[in-house]
Amino acid sequence: MAEMSAMNRKLIQNLAETLSKQVKHFNKTEAECLIRLFNGLLGDQSDRRVGNGLDRGKFRNILHNTFGMTDDMIMDRVFRAFDKDNDSYVSVKEWIEGLSIFLRGTLDEKIKYCFDVYDLNGDGYISREEMFHMLKNSLIRQPTEEDPDEGIKDLVEITLKKMDHDHDSRLSYADFEKAVRDENLLLEAFGTCLPDAKSILAFEQHAFQDTLEH
Amino acid sequence: MGVALTRAAQWTTASSGIGKLEITPVNESLLKEILEFVEQFSSRHPQEAKHVFKEPLQWTTSLEASDFKTEYDISGPAVKSQETDRDGHPMLQLTPPSISVHSFSQLSKIVQLATDKKLKEVRACLEANRDPVAKMLGPSFATVEGEDSSVLRLLEKVKEGDQAKETEIKVKLLILLQQLDTQLLSNSLKQISQDVRLSPATVKNDVELLKSFCSEGEKRVLTSVQYTSDYEFTNGCRTPPWRQVHGEICYLVIKPCDTQPLHITCSTAGVFLNGGIRQEGEENTYDRTSEVYKDLATLLKSTSPHFAENINKQDFAVQEEPPTLKVQHVELVDAEEQGQPQRSYEHHEKNVHEKARQQLVQNKPGGKKKLEPSLKWKNLGLASPYEYVIIPLSTCQQSHIIKRCKTPGGVGGVDDFSESSSESEEDEEQPERRTESNTDLPSEYWQIQKLVKYLKGGNQTATVIALCSMRDFNLAQETCQLAIRDVGGLEVLINLLDTEEIKCKIGSLKILKEISRNSQIRRAIADLGGLQTMVKILDSPDKDLKYLAAETIANVAKFRRARRTVRQHGGIKRLVELLDCVPDSAALTEEQEKDVEVARCGALALWSCSKSTRNKEAIRKAGGIPLLARLLKSPHENMLIPVVGTLQECASERSYRIAIQTEGMIEDLVKNLNCDNHELQMHCASAIFKCAEDKRTRDLVRQCEGLQPLVTLLSQADNKQLLAATTGAIWKCSISMENVAKFQDYKALETLVGLLTDQPEEVLVNVVGALGEGAQKPANRATIRKCGGIQPLVNLLTGTNQALLVNVTKAVGACATELENMTIIDRLDGVRLLWSLLKNPNPDVQASAAWAICPCIENAKDSGEMVRSFVGGLELIVNLLKSTNKEVLASVCAAIAKIAKDEENLAVITDHGVVPMLAKLTNTTDDKLRRHLAEAIARCCMWGSNRVLFGEAGAVSPLVRYLKSKDSSVHQATAQALFQLSKDPNNCITMHDNGVVKLLLGMMGSTDEVLQEAAAGCVANIRRLALANEKARYG
Repeated sequence: MAEMSAMNRKLIQNLAETLSKQVKHFNKTEAECLIRLFNGLLGDQSDRRVGNGLDRGKFRNILHNTFGMTDDMIMDRVFRAFDKDNDSYVSVKEWIEGLSIFLRGTLDEKIKYCFDVYDLNGDGYISREEMFHMLKNSLIRQPTEEDPDEGIKDLVEITLKKMDHDHDSRLSYADFEKAVRDENLLLEAFGTCLPDAKSILAFEQHAFQDTLEH
Repeated sequence: MGVALTRAAQWTTASSGIGKLEITPVNESLLKEILEFVEQFSSRHPQEAKHVFKEPLQWTTSLEASDFKTEYDISGPAVKSQETDRDGHPMLQLTPPSISVHSFSQLSKIVQLATDKKLKEVRACLEANRDPVAKMLGPSFATVEGEDSSVLRLLEKVKEGDQAKETEIKVKLLILLQQLDTQLLSNSLKQISQDVRLSPATVKNDVELLKSFCSEGEKRVLTSVQYTSDYEFTNGCRTPPWRQVHGEICYLVIKPCDTQPLHITCSTAGVFLNGGIRQEGEENTYDRTSEVYKDLATLLKSTSPHFAENINKQDFAVQEEPPTLKVQHVELVDAEEQGQPQRSYEHHEKNVHEKARQQLVQNKPGGKKKLEPSLKWKNLGLASPYEYVIIPLSTCQQSHIIKRCKTPGGVGGVDDFSESSSESEEDEEQPERRTESNTDLPSEYWQIQKLVKYLKGGNQTATVIALCSMRDFNLAQETCQLAIRDVGGLEVLINLLDTEEIKCKIGSLKILKEISRNSQIRRAIADLGGLQTMVKILDSPDKDLKYLAAETIANVAKFRRARRTVRQHGGIKRLVELLDCVPDSAALTEEQEKDVEVARCGALALWSCSKSTRNKEAIRKAGGIPLLARLLKSPHENMLIPVVGTLQECASERSYRIAIQTEGMIEDLVKNLNCDNHELQMHCASAIFKCAEDKRTRDLVRQCEGLQPLVTLLSQADNKQLLAATTGAIWKCSISMENVAKFQDYKALETLVGLLTDQPEEVLVNVVGALGEGAQKPANRATIRKCGGIQPLVNLLTGTNQALLVNVTKAVGACATELENMTIIDRLDGVRLLWSLLKNPNPDVQASAAWAICPCIENAKDSGEMVRSFVGGLELIVNLLKSTNKEVLASVCAAIAKIAKDEENLAVITDHGVVPMLAKLTNTTDDKLRRHLAEAIARCCMWGSNRVLFGEAGAVSPLVRYLKSKDSSVHQATAQALFQLSKDPNNCITMHDNGVVKLLLGMMGSTDEVLQEAAAGCVANIRRLALANEKARYG
């Protein structure tokens, strides 16, 4: 058992070494911590196959409990953004790559990431319908109103007016990027898909310090 | 007495003819005073009382022969006095019911005889003799408006010498009467100034209001309100012009529910019932038949019980607010709201003051200010026929008092209103401007209303979108600002600040930061408790939040309640903490740049807050000074402006001035004078202006080579604020002679003289101040003359700005020490102007003018003659000896010492009672006053029996004590005074008794020859007296 764990440690260190070179924002130790955390999260999955990672449910639990996200659809989209190879599992590499942006991404990286999250069908544009879909729960519906969706529709129009610079009634990546550069607050225009400063701090503390102590 | 009677007394018909004195409080007190004067006249001035009147005073009396006792020949109902004039005519003659009297002594007696009827007698006498002075002294003394030269003519006669004795008495009598006149006038002025002065606008407002109460059925308080005339003159009056001169504004017929129709006259003095004017009709209907009330409501309340009972049920909010305010409102649309070195005062006075007020406003600094005065008022002010009312004097004093009360800010310790001198850009409570109907609301209003709805009912995402969208509106536009407030957006925005959502907070602050440039929004934010929340946000770890909150606080804290709130919630300490960053490293990382931005906004907020004295103190206690000093080294202008702004604001406090000096900030300030940002330069110059009161600071400015950049800045004559600050700094720096020499090298005076014309008062005060300091050097006095500076300086003597007058008089005085300058001043009649400033109510101006008069008298040709040519001038200056201000007294004593060099003038001031007045002052302990007082006494001894009089008035022994003073200049003047006084034997005895000899013996050993000689002379006189005494006794 001791040998196994020593072997394991060696493996993890090697993996961390490689990953920390591929991913921008983590050094080797930090990568190692994240791998351990990843393994810890996988731990109770008994019959796992090689190459498997976190499944959708587990990942959503993490988003919900650790990063305080609530919107089901957005959480789904975040999972898809992490799961780059679309195999419905977040591998250790995808985990570290994703967290790199999630926790420490530059504005450019975050714009790209958010656009990917919001571009529901992945066609490179955020359409009116996609916006409506994402914003539909953002207003309290007044039962008295004739058209309960009127507010949402209006909100979509407002957003388009503000962000659709080429006036084609949809947001291209360029539109989105420009709007966010002008006004950083619009980064998460269609729903919270990034953790706030407080939960980042808590997560990093938990991951990098607490894991080291074990 | 004449002027008081024609002007102040209230006659039934103001036009001539036989008028009656009305029974009013003013008249009653006038009568009482005259009565008292007459009663005491014969005992006080027995000689003058015997003077025979040119014409007898005649009136219809109620006295009868039986009232007369001894000293009168009674034959039946007729009475003659035993006292006669030189030709044997009796001085009093009674043939009932008329009586004629020839002298004051008889008048006094009548008053005593009349006992309880005396007031009635005086009234009858005055009613029958409208100008008693003319009758007493001859028609040449009739009361005339304007300059009165009768005294002068009399004086001429005194000089001629024929009938000298009689004329002298005549002069004295005239002077006594004129004194009474002044006294009466000033007393009635006090009363008049307390009276309400109504204006056409107020009356009109009142009438409109009353009319609105006529209509409603159940609640009606009045039946009808009508003007007698529908025609309204351009000045707002509805009375015929010949009644307008009496101050009457309009006539009303008001029908109350419970009494007869009331015929009412509204005049500037108040409202009263008249004899029933319907149309322009008979003369007597104009007469007053009731008391004077301060306004219509008061009159109605006291005449109609129904009105009084019901009016209180009405909503009277409209009436409570002074209606003139709305009309008077002069809106200042200021392009930028920065702290300014000068302050203005809001007067809410009535119409007479309006013109002055507009001038005042126009003189405010800052070319960027746009004024929108109400034209309506301007016209009224000019066309108003009531300007002759004697009010301006009293309002001057009143506004002066207002200033006085405000200045010692912070000392009183009243938390609420501890404001500093720089509290100028105060948000005044502006009238709410809510749009009444929804019809003409702009489309922005509806869009904003919709967005606010999303803010209220949205989650974080929707809120952020709505906030971002709201920022796309032109938030600098008042429509949008007020729309946000009116649809309840402010509440939501401020609530968002209390949430955990950083994005919402940032978005909200970004909007609040913009709209808080509007003063109404500022107040609303403060009312909603926004400041407390923002102060809390300053603790946040997020730097964006920090700087946005600080910047918003900077905008909101433009009025004092907000500043107080910031302080009371610990905001000052937190803001000071924001300043802690490293500003001077060359290449900044992104994070450091944010730190700098945080510090900059912190400084901005502190700048706003620093306009309150207590906040200055709080900033200092929180350790703000060293942090500001460090930021002062920053290379960035946008950082330097708020930092220097805060420093110059705080430099009104001594502790800061010392810190600015000791922490080496002067060097940085001087360095920034050389930058090319006018605003920064202005704040630097302003800081130097405030700090350079201190000598060490002035030296530092010179050593840091700050004088030349200041002179260079004088060329920026278009930027008035900058110019005011620069000239201020030059003025204060000029207090050091070394600096004056430097300025001389830089040819500063030449430029300053050029700035004497066409500048706002803020600049003029400083320019003239600088010239006054510069002119202490003889070479500069010549420079000022050569550049043509004397004329504009003398012209400025006619101004009204007190601070300016103090400086101008000082400068003119300094220039007058040069003979050639004096010639010019004399030619421009500058001395007369200086002299008339002695009448200024401000003691600083009085003193400064009196000081300036001294060199003028010394250097002018025929100064004695010149001084005599000022009518009433000598009396005026002698009367200033009654002042309570030490500086005024010292300066007036100095001037009197100069005046008394001329013997004729000395004679006149002696007649004005200068001797007892000076003697009264001798007990002072103030060395400056002592010195000049002693000089004046020494000079005044040269006339008649003044030496003896000084001795009798007890001036000698206090003077002896002056010799013990530590000030050697006091010694010299005192010794000279004592020498003069010692020519009277009784004074020698007093001096000797007070131990003068020992003190003088010490002085005789002095190196000061004048002192030596005077001391020796005095001792010699004492000695001579002793010898003569011995000789008489033993020889």
